[in-house]
Amino acid sequence: MESLFNQLPIGLSIAAVLLLIALGLTFTFGQMGVINMAHGEFIMAGAYTAYMLQDLTGTQAVAVALPVAFVVAGAMGWLLERLAIRHFYGRPLDTLLLTWGVSLVLQQAARDIFGAPNVQVVAPSWLSGGVEMFGSNLPYARLFIMALAIICVIAIWAYMNRSRQGRRMRAVMQNRELAGCSGVDTERVDQLTFFIGSGLAGVAGVALTLIGPVGPNLGTYYIVDAFLVVVAGGLGQLRGAVIAAVALGLLNSYAEFWTDASLAKVIVFAAIIAFLQFRPQGLFVLRSRALT
Amino acid sequence: MRKAFLRRMAALAILPSMLLTACGGESGENASGGADGNTIKVGLLHSLSGTMAISEVTVRDAELLAIEEINAAGGVLGKKLQPVVEDGASDWPTFAQKAQKLIRKDKVATVFGGWTSASRKAMLPVFERNKALLWYPVQYEGLESSPYIFYTGATTNQQIVPGLDYLKEKGKKKVFLVGSDYVFPRTANKIIKAYAKANGMEILGEEYTPLGHTEYSTLVNKIAQAKPDAVFNTLNGDSNVAFFKQLKSAGITAAQMPVMSVSVAEEEVGGIGIDNIVGHPVAWNYYQTTPGAANEKFVKAFKAKYGAKKVTSDPMEAGYNAVYLWAEAVKKAGSTDVAAVKKAAGGIALERPEGLVTIDGSNQHMYKTARIGVIQPDGLIKEVWNSGKPIKPDPYLKTYPWATGLS
Repeated sequence: MESLFNQLPIGLSIAAVLLLIALGLTFTFGQMGVINMAHGEFIMAGAYTAYMLQDLTGTQAVAVALPVAFVVAGAMGWLLERLAIRHFYGRPLDTLLLTWGVSLVLQQAARDIFGAPNVQVVAPSWLSGGVEMFGSNLPYARLFIMALAIICVIAIWAYMNRSRQGRRMRAVMQNRELAGCSGVDTERVDQLTFFIGSGLAGVAGVALTLIGPVGPNLGTYYIVDAFLVVVAGGLGQLRGAVIAAVALGLLNSYAEFWTDASLAKVIVFAAIIAFLQFRPQGLFVLRSRALT
Repeated sequence: MRKAFLRRMAALAILPSMLLTACGGESGENASGGADGNTIKVGLLHSLSGTMAISEVTVRDAELLAIEEINAAGGVLGKKLQPVVEDGASDWPTFAQKAQKLIRKDKVATVFGGWTSASRKAMLPVFERNKALLWYPVQYEGLESSPYIFYTGATTNQQIVPGLDYLKEKGKKKVFLVGSDYVFPRTANKIIKAYAKANGMEILGEEYTPLGHTEYSTLVNKIAQAKPDAVFNTLNGDSNVAFFKQLKSAGITAAQMPVMSVSVAEEEVGGIGIDNIVGHPVAWNYYQTTPGAANEKFVKAFKAKYGAKKVTSDPMEAGYNAVYLWAEAVKKAGSTDVAAVKKAAGGIALERPEGLVTIDGSNQHMYKTARIGVIQPDGLIKEVWNSGKPIKPDPYLKTYPWATGLS
């Protein structure tokens, strides 16, 4: 019974990590339908950005790197969209192969530039330590990631629902032709969507330096979980992604606590497969004529 | 699901490169044997990509250094060694395929390769079937002695058992076991549990995580709840980074709960972050700080070739040794013929960076000195205990009464 409570903050902190890595995908995959296998490598690019900035900023690299990584990873995403993906719209399988190839190239590039071994990103001193919560220790690093996830969700929500650009983005997603006819520059919207989606991956990468390895394989460790969250949550649905991340985070932490890590993975996958039998579209469905 | 898919994609991606190398082999010079005109081909088979690349690339580097040094000193039997490097890609079936390719297509005289036990187990039938020779450079879980493998890393009685002896000596009675989910940690933990039973130690928990696992908050919580005196860590690869980072941020220090690692060496410390692992003990047979002229020469040569910031570690040294030991056996045999080399190898003793290494002809393992070290604030490892003399390899732990029934 006691473990019921002390696993709760851990489950939520896992949820925050899942949410952070999946947020970018709600844009590129959710809004645009592009299966971007290189999303994980944009996360990696964010982590390496923090590593590079260390020389300039010392131990405060993590904080400084958040906006920089957003721009760096965003620019990489934008470039990928401009150079390659836009020629493959409407051909999801080809896009998948293309971006998978890009992800391999980026991994090897990281290996050549930074070397195969992991690198160290020193966490700022104000993130060391933690608080007791329900009998378990919740590190400040985890709280930081949770706060960051919440801020990102609020910012995205405001952008999508309160800004002119966000409205255009939703319009293009719901009915590309009609939006185009109404004077929305759909190509520009696509570029911007890809920039933001990839940029969010960069932000996630910076946060992950606090808890995980920073190396050429970083992206591969998170990409599957990111897609799981987006698929379970429903394409293009912010609240779907939030609820799916929380549900998966909690399920993961309790399943692992009562069984073990390998079995917990099996349980999570089985739960998602079962869930998708009932709701193939995920938690929330966007009703749109254009998408059907 | 995705894994199977990726593997299929990987096979697709590999196909053209295999065709390319196949063509290259044909059009290249005479490929009639490991020893043709003036070179001897040797295979280097390590993961240069994937989750194990972090560790295995450095072993390949050390082996290339040894080959270079041997060539500079005139080669073997008057011929230069020519390395053929292949990528096992952290994928065990790939190791078997590439081993087959090195033996059959490149006709190498011997192969230096592998890191994880899973990769060794995958390659073992290939080498036995082809009657070819593999030099395996990493400490492992023992309980194996293939006539076609030379084991230049430690077996359990030269690393894990001394590690446990050290914990026992320090009065650590309650131990928690953490490992990656594959052959080495599971077998190692079987041995640890048998040792604990015979030595009055209590095992509070035994947990495995998949290779490449990065989410350790739940496991750290389990450990914190169990309150062990020490943790015995057999995690491999990048998981160590996540584990130590999350252990540290949960406020668990080396002073209150030392984590004894058997797969964390100098090379991994940088990636984990010195702050996160300082003070924790490790068990190996070699450290960069091990005294002696042979080690000074090795460290200096390695840094000169690969950069002053590079560190040397136990598996690298074992890989470096493997090339020298094989070359010595070839010289003694007067040929690269596998049967002749195997026969000549027994009893060869060389002064290596870790100290005196002798090949035990009966099981093809090495006599090695066990060393326990503690990670220092500068990222290097300081020896705090050693076995005094090289320990005779005993892969089946036949000389340990508590280990009966394990093999």
